[in-house]
Amino acid sequence: MTDATVKMDAPFPASLLDSAPAPTVGTAQPRIDGPRKVSGTARYAAEHFPEGLAHGVLLRAPIGCGRITGVDAEAALAMPGVLALIRDERLIRNGGDFAGAAAPVQGVDEVAYFGQPIGVVVADSPERARAAALSVKVTYEAAPGVFDMEAARGTALPPTDDIYGLFLIHTEQGDVDRTAHEAAALVDAVWRTPSQSHAAMEPHASVAVWQDGRLTLHASYQSPVVTRDQLATVMGLQPSEVRILSPFVGGGFGGKLGVMPEAVAAAIAARHLGRPVKVVMTRQQVFETTGRRPMTHQRVRLAADAAGRLTVLQHETITDQLAGEVFFEPAGLATHLLYAGENRLVDHKVVRTNKLLGVSMRAPGEAIGQLALECAMDELAEALDLDPIELRLRNEPERHPELGIPFSSRALVDCLRHGADRFGWASRNRVPGGLRDGEWLVGHGMAAAARGNLFGPSRARVRIDAGGRVMVETEMTDIGTGTYTVLAQIAADLLGVPLARVEVRLGDTDDPASAGSGGSWGAATSGSAVYAACAELRARLAAAAGLPADTLTFADGMVTASGFRRPIAELVGDGLSVEGSVQPGESNSRFNQTSYGAHFCEVRVHAVTGELRVARWNSVFAAGRILNRQTATSQAIGGVVFGIGGALTEELVHDPRSGKVVNRDLGEYHVPVHADIPPIDVHFLEERDPVANPLLAKGVGELGVCGSGAAVANAVYNATGVRVRDFPITLDKVLAGLPPVSAARRRA
Amino acid sequence: MIAFDYIRPGDAAEALQAAAERPGARFIAGGTNLLDLMKLGIERPRHLVDIGGLDLRTVSETPDGGLRIGALVSNAELAAHPLVRDRYPVLSQAILAGASGQLRNKATTGGNLLQRTRCYYFYDPASPCNKREPGSGCAALGGFNRIMAILGTSAHCIASHPSDMAVAMRALDARVETRLPEGTTGDRKLDTLYRLPGTTPHIEHTLAPGELITAVLLPPPVPGRHHYRKVRDRASYAFALVSVAAVVAVEDGRITQAALAFGGIGTMPWRDRAAEELLVGATPGQDLFERCADAVLARAQGHGGNDFKIPLLRRTLVACLTDLTEDAR
Repeated sequence: MTDATVKMDAPFPASLLDSAPAPTVGTAQPRIDGPRKVSGTARYAAEHFPEGLAHGVLLRAPIGCGRITGVDAEAALAMPGVLALIRDERLIRNGGDFAGAAAPVQGVDEVAYFGQPIGVVVADSPERARAAALSVKVTYEAAPGVFDMEAARGTALPPTDDIYGLFLIHTEQGDVDRTAHEAAALVDAVWRTPSQSHAAMEPHASVAVWQDGRLTLHASYQSPVVTRDQLATVMGLQPSEVRILSPFVGGGFGGKLGVMPEAVAAAIAARHLGRPVKVVMTRQQVFETTGRRPMTHQRVRLAADAAGRLTVLQHETITDQLAGEVFFEPAGLATHLLYAGENRLVDHKVVRTNKLLGVSMRAPGEAIGQLALECAMDELAEALDLDPIELRLRNEPERHPELGIPFSSRALVDCLRHGADRFGWASRNRVPGGLRDGEWLVGHGMAAAARGNLFGPSRARVRIDAGGRVMVETEMTDIGTGTYTVLAQIAADLLGVPLARVEVRLGDTDDPASAGSGGSWGAATSGSAVYAACAELRARLAAAAGLPADTLTFADGMVTASGFRRPIAELVGDGLSVEGSVQPGESNSRFNQTSYGAHFCEVRVHAVTGELRVARWNSVFAAGRILNRQTATSQAIGGVVFGIGGALTEELVHDPRSGKVVNRDLGEYHVPVHADIPPIDVHFLEERDPVANPLLAKGVGELGVCGSGAAVANAVYNATGVRVRDFPITLDKVLAGLPPVSAARRRA
Repeated sequence: MIAFDYIRPGDAAEALQAAAERPGARFIAGGTNLLDLMKLGIERPRHLVDIGGLDLRTVSETPDGGLRIGALVSNAELAAHPLVRDRYPVLSQAILAGASGQLRNKATTGGNLLQRTRCYYFYDPASPCNKREPGSGCAALGGFNRIMAILGTSAHCIASHPSDMAVAMRALDARVETRLPEGTTGDRKLDTLYRLPGTTPHIEHTLAPGELITAVLLPPPVPGRHHYRKVRDRASYAFALVSVAAVVAVEDGRITQAALAFGGIGTMPWRDRAAEELLVGATPGQDLFERCADAVLARAQGHGGNDFKIPLLRRTLVACLTDLTEDAR
């Protein structure tokens, strides 16, 4: 079925993108889907209204742990327009894993967390369904649950699964204990991070339509084939009996990977009622019923010799998760490779708690793991009386410090140096609490960033019609990242047609399956599949021209060689269609592939009140070829904003008595607002990574999150002299360390 | 949806009659709070009387030199009004410190006064809440109470009042003009509009059933500097952790006028006249301001997660008073 496959077993000799005569790849291109989005003609999942549509609302468990003993829906069912209360044993307790076809735990009686779906109420309008759901009387037997991870830390056990080998549960080399005792400088402390919510703008929504035994679901998912396979398992169907359409997704951040309860509820209710059913989660349900980044307790111990060389890197994470779930927060991921050092230990353990499902959230592991590691590096630099950049330079590894394999490309040092220059790091104040501007304490901080570059199988179909127009079709999604644009750029450059002649269709599971949007790999995997297809199309066009492919130039819609110049449309006959695919190969294990960066920021802390405001920001990244400077920059800025939120404001709060999510709306779950974010300067270094993929690009989507929160925390310390290791750093945590009010008001 | 009647009267008399004829009716203006509460099933009015068509949208000077603010004047309009900016800047500052531009365009003066608490547990029908369901208990006690009140609380409720505008109005000695169903007019100090939770936290104000706020009256401006200082977790779109509305005048080295009101700390917009009396006639200074903070906080009680509000308010108040009196000494 696939016509051309690229398998990454060896470095890619030369990318055709580098010989495109008028490349769009590498430039700043506005989103080709932008006009549809701003004009409201891009239809999102909840904007589908098939004939006969009914509306479902999930019924929530009102306890944190226990068993439902009775459900009295008499009053609810008597309300106008109410069609049914469905409590089907196939409903899922929580969302699915980010990959694989396994069904999550199913059932509607056993309750594992507060807010768990225990049924779906369907009515002829969403308002009536919502009111009816509120009128259902639920009786239960509550059981004692585990709601406090800190109190239950003693019950932590190793995770049950290493998640496809991606999340290393435990690695160890040398003797960390003995070496730590001999160190010239030592940092040994615990950093805590809370649950966080993805808080995507578009809530989870599914519209289920059954026709001739086949289920079509308009839904908001990052990886529709994963959702399809899991939904099929849940429903007892073959994957081919399910079609999912997710052409537009209003943000995901990992919260829309596995199938979520609203999709199953819509599918079951639509089957039960014999009419289409839409289930849209309320904002409150998104916060309490989809997924969260698990909370962590991270002990980091770093030791160094007198020359500032790391001798011990130890990172032990305890995180929490529902019983029976395999995902865990791999906070030690970057600790494996960011710095050199002989004695190393990275470990993860999990406490089973009765709280909302823990799932991937933008840079799982690395985002909050580097929060702890990069704060610890700052503390170590201080203990050594070294500049924190210098400490990092002295510990730059030549090869992967645990595996001994080479890095495919690694420009961390360049990122640090360029970032320091752009920021003016050399002239900063080094004395904590020593710089004032009126009532504001001014601090500067920096941190390194690293995000593993992943690669997985992906397919795409590229067609050229008789008129010379190009169509790219793949199940890949654009979750706000720029996929539509980037895939169009690649096809346009490789086939030599203007961007406007390329159409991209995404998010349909009936099209060739992709690796989906997640793990910062979407552009590289789906883009490489498009590359493979286009390379094959060039070969076929060459054959049609009767010339060797490497003698041809593709530009301006023309195929050109010495003494040969024909419009592409004249060479395709009735049209050409090629399916390209990519496969990971030995390159994944022979090289470590990682994107790097460095963050520099200024934070101001009000000397009277402790209010914290980020005032200035520079980031420098190296992530291989940058496919589209505009969308990549947007991604990087978004990542930094995520990091600032994690450092200063975001905490999904659980009630200590029930595990219930307390702050269930955007008024009280504090993502940063515009006023919290200064202009963010993002600079990409020129880089090509021939090991990664035919595009020579690495992942960029999550890189900005990594380390950025630590830069903020380190700046807070520099401003105030207060080390807060308990995130988020809200003003109450610095208050006790501020000067007395009389001094706080001293003018600079 | 829980069905309700929707009535849109053309004038105040019709509105009052519509409400009087329909027990349980609620007035609705901007709807920025009530609609959310209805969607969540927390407010379940059987009848909504939309007063949006009433002629209550003007700001005008009163014969005594004060200001009459129609109940339907939007927060955005009020904050931008030249007379407010010129004579009552603390009010303009307070309004602009609240909500977002979109909300301020829609929210009204009367509605803002009656907005309900942002207590997390009040907003969740699955949690006990004496304000939402009398007698069910208070989940904020022993729960997560970062945003809750430290003054005016009871064993039944610790929910804070979220308004910024009302805090400034309390400092300005605002009065509330109403009309009652029988056609009479009411006039009360803003101080007496609100009730402490006590054993009945579900009863938040002293308005009679069907009584309609028609205007807020500000007395003539008093001399002094105005300042509204709001401390919050993010730079915009967050409710006050603590806020201070202050109008303070200094003459010949002594404080001649002091009005202080506080947000974020009380179960209602908070004012402490005893603390103000400490200031009037005294020479400004750090010790005096600390004693003033002592007085405000004398009965303050933290509940764990909001203990920090006590030192935070002290610091904010002392700094604010220092700013307002500094170069006038």
